[in-house]
Amino acid sequence: MSVDSQNTSPTISLFEADALQLDSGASLSPVHVGYTVHGTLNAEASNAILICHALTGDQYCADSHPVTDKPGWWSRLIGPGKIIDTDKYCVICSNVLGSCLGTTGPSENNIETGKPWGLDFPVITIRDMVKVQAALIEALGIETLFAVIGGSMGGMQVLEWLASYPEKLFAAIPIATAAKHTAQNIAFHEVGRQAIMADPNWHGGKYLEAGTSPAKGLSVARMAAHITYLSEDALAQKFGRSLQDRDSVAFGFEADFQVESYLRHQGSTFVDRFDANSYLYITRAMDYFDISERTGGRLADAFKSASHVRCCVLSFSSDWLYPSPENKHYVRALITAGVRVSYTDIKSDFGHDSFLLEMPEIDRMLDGFLQRSSEAREI
Amino acid sequence: MPNAPLRKDLQLIADQITAGSRLLDVGCADGDLLHYLREEKQVEGRGLELEVENVNACVAKGLFVVQGDADADLSDYSDQSFDYVVLSRTLQAVHRPNEVLEELLRIGRKAIVTIPNFGHWKIRRYLLLHGSMPVTADLPDTWFETQNIHLCTIKDMFHLVDTYNYKLEKFVPVTEAGNEMHKRQRMANLLAAQALFVLSKG
Repeated sequence: MSVDSQNTSPTISLFEADALQLDSGASLSPVHVGYTVHGTLNAEASNAILICHALTGDQYCADSHPVTDKPGWWSRLIGPGKIIDTDKYCVICSNVLGSCLGTTGPSENNIETGKPWGLDFPVITIRDMVKVQAALIEALGIETLFAVIGGSMGGMQVLEWLASYPEKLFAAIPIATAAKHTAQNIAFHEVGRQAIMADPNWHGGKYLEAGTSPAKGLSVARMAAHITYLSEDALAQKFGRSLQDRDSVAFGFEADFQVESYLRHQGSTFVDRFDANSYLYITRAMDYFDISERTGGRLADAFKSASHVRCCVLSFSSDWLYPSPENKHYVRALITAGVRVSYTDIKSDFGHDSFLLEMPEIDRMLDGFLQRSSEAREI
Repeated sequence: MPNAPLRKDLQLIADQITAGSRLLDVGCADGDLLHYLREEKQVEGRGLELEVENVNACVAKGLFVVQGDADADLSDYSDQSFDYVVLSRTLQAVHRPNEVLEELLRIGRKAIVTIPNFGHWKIRRYLLLHGSMPVTADLPDTWFETQNIHLCTIKDMFHLVDTYNYKLEKFVPVTEAGNEMHKRQRMANLLAAQALFVLSKG
């Protein structure tokens, strides 16, 4: 059973009359989008917030996940009376293009062949994902978003919104992200992709037709990636060299150490809720991301039409996936472009995943920024 | 809601600012000056501040403030992108005061700099009587704890301004109580606890 078939959120069909023109030169029509909405759009349609999810995230940011039954990945922040208050804002979150939970991606059937796309699915970019989000927002009757918010790959989408659709934004909050993928970022992604493609059950990407799943490969990809979401300190604090259900090492290759057992668990639970080909396509989209490319290497020029947008940027001191200097880099470009921006680098031991954790500094910054911005927007 | 009165040294800075101008406050703390200038003088302000808690406080006031410090992060700002750049009681705490001052005047048309005056007679007396680094109400930390690594006198500032051929637009010596005093440089160097300088490149 594909992950997609377990989606319970509403879906919308876009780009039916005019196909979606992709950066690769290919086009797609139609494009289905799975999305969730929390809260009500006000009469002026001025209170909409778009939440952008990370690589393996999805539209279930606030309510429980249909496959894992776990609470929404940002339910800490999004809900009635919370910092992203659904009594006040209309919060929209959509599954990104290329993913596997209601939105068109490689696991969806190609209309022309009646079979899953697999590797015939065109390669996509972050800009393509944002193009689809912009079409969704328009279809929902929203001319300008009050805010677009996202961490990690979600933050890349926020930066893409600032570059491509600044006129549709009032405020923007990129968190723990970067304006381009570095060699190290690409390197880790390549390890993940090679792990998937090395799994014999991958079948050149046609595993859905073969009735198999490259679960081992996808699981290894997730394990490698998960290490990059943490930090040496976080791993040391959480596991150290503690052994798993034993008093001494077993002189074998079972999971002797707790950290091994933890990673194996992360890998094996991931495969139930994610599609291997989606992982290939989305990591590729991230690798291709470099906003400054389109303005001859001058990142500030990419943001020159965004000077009316209010920005708030957060990074985390122990994040080595999208480290503080990478965040600082686009903050500098925003300043040069004349964008009003506030920025803090929050001290945290928990690495990249800090943005998903309970942290009073995050709350104070987001709360203050959203309160004052909503007053300025007269929501 | 009426604003609480501004701290005297910040009020003195605020008094130098033309309404409606663009201003960068380097080391803006919790944003009192920026907030006052926005409300009372419609100033388009930005801030640079080291402490996360202070940045949080500024954001809660609807201000736009970036975490960073004067030594490392002024290069983020474009040439002449502000009418004023303010450096309040911070010059003595940076690693390279001359380079920071040059940066201020690259970014802004005018730099407003305030310093605690190490030439004040009480500080001179302290050093004379005790023979150790002065600890006063204005400079409350011991020499090994203080952030102030480049303390200077009013005379020293005049020397710096001369050395780099900056134009001194205005000089305001200030008493211990924070009031403007009307003294020339020589007497001010002895009697003023603090001083404000408005500089430009002429």
